[in-house]
Amino acid sequence: MKKLLERYRFFLILAAANLVLLVISPAIGWKALGLTGQNALEMLSVIPPIFILLGLLDVWVDREIMIRLMGEKSGLTGAAIAFFLGSAAAGPLYAAFPVAGVLLKKGSKFSNVLIFIGAWSTTKIPMLLFETTAMGWKFMLTRFMINLPGIAFIAFATEKMLKDKEKESIYSHSAALN
Amino acid sequence: MFTGILYLLAAGLLLLSFLKDRRKTATALKKAWKSFENILPQLLSILIIIGIMLAILSPQTISGLIGAQSGWAGMVIASIIGSITLIPGFVAFPLASALLQSGAGFMQIAVFISTLMMVGIVTVPVEIRYFGKKATAVRNILAFAFSYVVAIAIGVVLG
Repeated sequence: MKKLLERYRFFLILAAANLVLLVISPAIGWKALGLTGQNALEMLSVIPPIFILLGLLDVWVDREIMIRLMGEKSGLTGAAIAFFLGSAAAGPLYAAFPVAGVLLKKGSKFSNVLIFIGAWSTTKIPMLLFETTAMGWKFMLTRFMINLPGIAFIAFATEKMLKDKEKESIYSHSAALN
Repeated sequence: MFTGILYLLAAGLLLLSFLKDRRKTATALKKAWKSFENILPQLLSILIIIGIMLAILSPQTISGLIGAQSGWAGMVIASIIGSITLIPGFVAFPLASALLQSGAGFMQIAVFISTLMMVGIVTVPVEIRYFGKKATAVRNILAFAFSYVVAIAIGVVLG
């Protein structure tokens, strides 16, 4: 119970802050509450299949297979798989991190996991459709074309900036988390 | 629609898994729940922060801030707002097209959209849990800088 309170401490403080806001400025307070509720519903509607797929991936896909598909020696194919996995996703970026954790745990190359994160953040297929409708295909296509090398660059640069020790600790931490 | 496909996929694979091995399927579901519960405190916090932030920074306020400013000042403001807020795409794109109509330039919109998607200040705590402080900082800083490249590309093509 105490541990539970501690884990949710920050959330409880924020919830209290929202209550205070309700008293000081009811209009903004209610609006914030409404938006939180709306976003919570949105989260609950997209998140369950993501985590179920994560669980199935964790149980059924062996480390050896994952290493072959997305590991150190997976080359361009591995990067392409990572990019495709991220783009095929739905849901907010924060849902990508637990999935990334499983990919790391199973032995995916660090830069491939970052490509996955990059694709999830900005080239998700449903988002591209939305973007085309709202901004036109020229805007979407330009952004997409520049994002392809951009995502790869960010992934490789981030991996390069990390020392081997730092990467190892991320890998061992991911095994502990899942 | 896309979420629907994801549900179908998850349900189908779950059924397949269940038919092949019940025990493993139970483990998979337990892991799914554990992974979710692991980040639940942060998720709930993020939801409240976004709620309060968007209540204060309403679309009207944002369009006032970005729409009125042009040039580099407008881009800097747009990129900062994009980095700290987290707006779902189905709200962000209509907002972006409204911003265009209210006078913001394509480059300001591009840097806003790009930072909105790639840079996540609010979600940094979750990212740190999985990637550690350094990788999280490097990725977000690079993504921030890259968003300006995106803006320039959009400016060249559409400007």
